[in-house]
Amino acid sequence: MELPLNFYPAHKLNKMLRQKQVSASEIVDAVICAIDKAEARMHAYLRVESKEMAQAAAGFDSKSDALAKNGSISDFCAIPIAIKDNICTKGITTTCASKILSNYIPVYDATVIKRLKAAGYILSGKANMDEFAMGSSNENSYFGPVKNPWDLERVPGGSSGGPAASVAAGTAICSLGSDTGGSIRQPASLCGVVGLKPTYGLVSRYGLIAFASSLDQIGPFTRDVEDSARLLNVICGWDENDSTSIGSAEAGSQDYTKYLGCSIKGLKIGVPKELMVKEVDGEVRQKVNEALALAESAGAIVEEISLPSLEYALSVYYIIAPSEASSNLSRFDGVRYGYRNRDAATLRQMYKKSRAQGFGPEVKRRIMIGTYSLSAGYYDAYYEKAQRVRTLIINDFNNAFKKYDVLISPTSPSTAFRIGEKAGDPLKMYMSDICTIPVNLAGIPAISIPAGLSSEGLPVGLQIIADTLREDNIFRMAHALEEAIGFDSHPMYLYK
Amino acid sequence: MSFISKDDVRHVAKLAELEFDDAETDKITSELDRILGHVAAISKVDTSNVAPTSHTLKISNVFRQDVKKESLSADEALSNAPEEQDGGFLVPKID
Repeated sequence: MELPLNFYPAHKLNKMLRQKQVSASEIVDAVICAIDKAEARMHAYLRVESKEMAQAAAGFDSKSDALAKNGSISDFCAIPIAIKDNICTKGITTTCASKILSNYIPVYDATVIKRLKAAGYILSGKANMDEFAMGSSNENSYFGPVKNPWDLERVPGGSSGGPAASVAAGTAICSLGSDTGGSIRQPASLCGVVGLKPTYGLVSRYGLIAFASSLDQIGPFTRDVEDSARLLNVICGWDENDSTSIGSAEAGSQDYTKYLGCSIKGLKIGVPKELMVKEVDGEVRQKVNEALALAESAGAIVEEISLPSLEYALSVYYIIAPSEASSNLSRFDGVRYGYRNRDAATLRQMYKKSRAQGFGPEVKRRIMIGTYSLSAGYYDAYYEKAQRVRTLIINDFNNAFKKYDVLISPTSPSTAFRIGEKAGDPLKMYMSDICTIPVNLAGIPAISIPAGLSSEGLPVGLQIIADTLREDNIFRMAHALEEAIGFDSHPMYLYK
Repeated sequence: MSFISKDDVRHVAKLAELEFDDAETDKITSELDRILGHVAAISKVDTSNVAPTSHTLKISNVFRQDVKKESLSADEALSNAPEEQDGGFLVPKID
């Protein structure tokens, strides 16, 4: 069956736009048609910008001759992109999928949005997510869950469930999400798309509503690895508004596409046994091993390795992330923006009631864990201890990268689980991120690419991890494996 | 072994400016107890010669030039205010 336009990768659409084989309006029409048919069942969006998309496309089409003449139809010009709803879009509600921000309209654009605008993108809408990016299934959204397009009774993963599902279902060409403990990679894995968490500091966090400031990173969801490199080109780079941004005003721009199509012969792949835990599903393990065999036939060297401190990564994360979150979320108090309780007679009552009524249960759990870990009498045993174990995890990765170019593991221990299956057990839910969490603690980059479908027809994801600022190795390996694996499935049943 | 008591939970809720009724306090105490019980595993790790990491980038004191720049206007700053008065955020009295 001929794939409709809304399932094409951006690089293909860009070529067609430049060669006048397709108009922006045709692309946008295909996306809007898909949204009309499938979005109500998926709920990947909190807000769709249909009218604005059509207007923007018409605007592009009326100027396209002039644009083509002076060569300025850049990679993402006229491409409909969904934006996770924790990234500030000026004048457009940005809710973090929370009641406490349900009416918040940012007065500024996040830096990544400014860069996308300069590149001529079209905003398809604001994507649904777990509240304040806390979750692994998108069941924690105040506005209702997202359904996995591959099986609507299953979760898309989280917290960037909306961005992942929209790209998988063709209701966006690509999207931006955020990743603090796996929130790009795990949903990418469960939805069969490519999801990248760049090196911490490579992409500006200005305008990303903060969850855990030493862990958060914005990153792209795309149909293929080439689009991922192209989108990273647009959003990455030093930003004076983000004091944790890497680089400088003088540093030139990067082009990650030069690492595509490179041979992986001689590249050394480490497979950490601590990430091939017993919880990893048999079929997931099998697909990852098949991909490793393909890597070996292409000349890469594959070896099992041990990073012993990774055993504690989940515990370290579930102390550090909630601690940072408890600080970041203290700004939500009903004073300057967002939900305010109107019954409070005093200021303190207003704080307590606004927060108690405005935050969902998972958010409150994490604020409580974080506040406890940072409180007098517990700070040393929990927060400071976790920071020390974090150092051990960083050291383990540093040592591994002295010998290996990349590390490979499953992205998620299982394929998409059923809605409601883990929601009642926070610890069980936290285990979903066991393979992805260590990466954020070390601030290193990692990508998830589709490795195939399970016998139930559900996507399996493979994670490729590289050293700090070694996105070159990520793209080399990801592109080569993507080609070798040849994953080309889409949940077309949605449109029958 | 219990890692957190109901009294601890009430104290932490006060610090976090949250409030829970009795049933919620019971529920969250048992949830937090389970979670803290799990993460307490890190106490077994030998970190005697290890410095804590607060941040993976080796940066410090990232300042800009002390030069006047444009900022938000008062209108922009108040645009999401639940209640405003005389160019300020209106709130209930402090108790």
